[in-house]
Amino acid sequence: MKKAILILFIFTLWLLLTWNASWQSLVAGGVTALMVGLIFGNLAVTAPMKVIQPQRWFWLLLYIPIFIWEMAKANFDVAYRVLHPKMPIHPGIVKVKTRLKSPLGIAFLANSITLTPGTFTIDLKDEYLYIHCINVRHQKLDEATKDIVSRFEKLLIKIFD
Amino acid sequence: MNIYFIILVACCFACLIRAWIGKSIPDRMVAIDIMGTLAVGMTALLAVITERNFLIDVALAWIFLSFIGTLALAKYLVHKTLDE
Amino acid sequence: MAWNEWIGFIIIGFGVAFDALGCLGLLRFPDIYNRLQGATKCVTFGTCGILFGIFVMNGFTGFGIKALVAIPFVLLTSPVGAHALARGAHIFGVPLWEKSVVDHYKQDRKDKPRL
Repeated sequence: MKKAILILFIFTLWLLLTWNASWQSLVAGGVTALMVGLIFGNLAVTAPMKVIQPQRWFWLLLYIPIFIWEMAKANFDVAYRVLHPKMPIHPGIVKVKTRLKSPLGIAFLANSITLTPGTFTIDLKDEYLYIHCINVRHQKLDEATKDIVSRFEKLLIKIFD
Repeated sequence: MNIYFIILVACCFACLIRAWIGKSIPDRMVAIDIMGTLAVGMTALLAVITERNFLIDVALAWIFLSFIGTLALAKYLVHKTLDE
Repeated sequence: MAWNEWIGFIIIGFGVAFDALGCLGLLRFPDIYNRLQGATKCVTFGTCGILFGIFVMNGFTGFGIKALVAIPFVLLTSPVGAHALARGAHIFGVPLWEKSVVDHYKQDRKDKPRL
């Protein structure tokens, strides 16, 4: 099960990267994917039952446009702050709490926070994330959590937990 | 297309200025990290300008090389040595 | 030029513009955390814009698909490198800008022994 998922993933990546359906290319990619999948399958895939549930993939597809929209907003925000002659920034590091359990989910949350407006993940300790804000609005734990994390957490819980 | 490439080279010079004036060691490392990501875009653009398609493979490999380099630099910052 | 080449040309233009803004931020912002913040966001978005523009220009050929596959790799690796650098800089002892408001990380890190 775990090995089959990894083999399928690597073979799809091979097909995309070569974009070539001749039988030699298919055989070379298939043999490579089989070897890598058999060796590293148990290490790389930790939760095989989550991968084959279709509703998780549906929420992931829904997450992508939201993420791209937030990222575009982030860039216009930074552009405004860079081009403004006085640089309106009030930086600081705040602490927020996350409800996500799976390591992959927390990694996605940290990356999403980094690429969205005014926030940047610095470190992770247990279930607390330390976030550098370019413009601190809330210093308390609960308010900062509601302001920064909850946008993504609702969807990421459905995808990864 | 050529004007885009010239702008990206100017961006690399901005990173070099930051690496030169620096003030602290991590500042210089940030400049090198940003330059790595810029180089990916430059290589991809070069593939379009010169119509040599293999350069996009170089860009794809460069993403991972600059990532590993950044992690090694960050490890140096934490432990003050490159052993382990 | 065909219409898809014009659209790709414009998207690459947006990407290059955000790259330039990110590098301007790298020069202008006052401390290392703000610089990482602005530069990582803008340069990641700009590079993704360049790669997506190349995909639009070339369509579903081997070249275009490779550019499209490179986008998730950039999105996954670039922020992780930035987290590592920011954490390393904080442990190394780089202070925040003097007008910074709050630093919970420093308060929490003083309790425990140095890593």
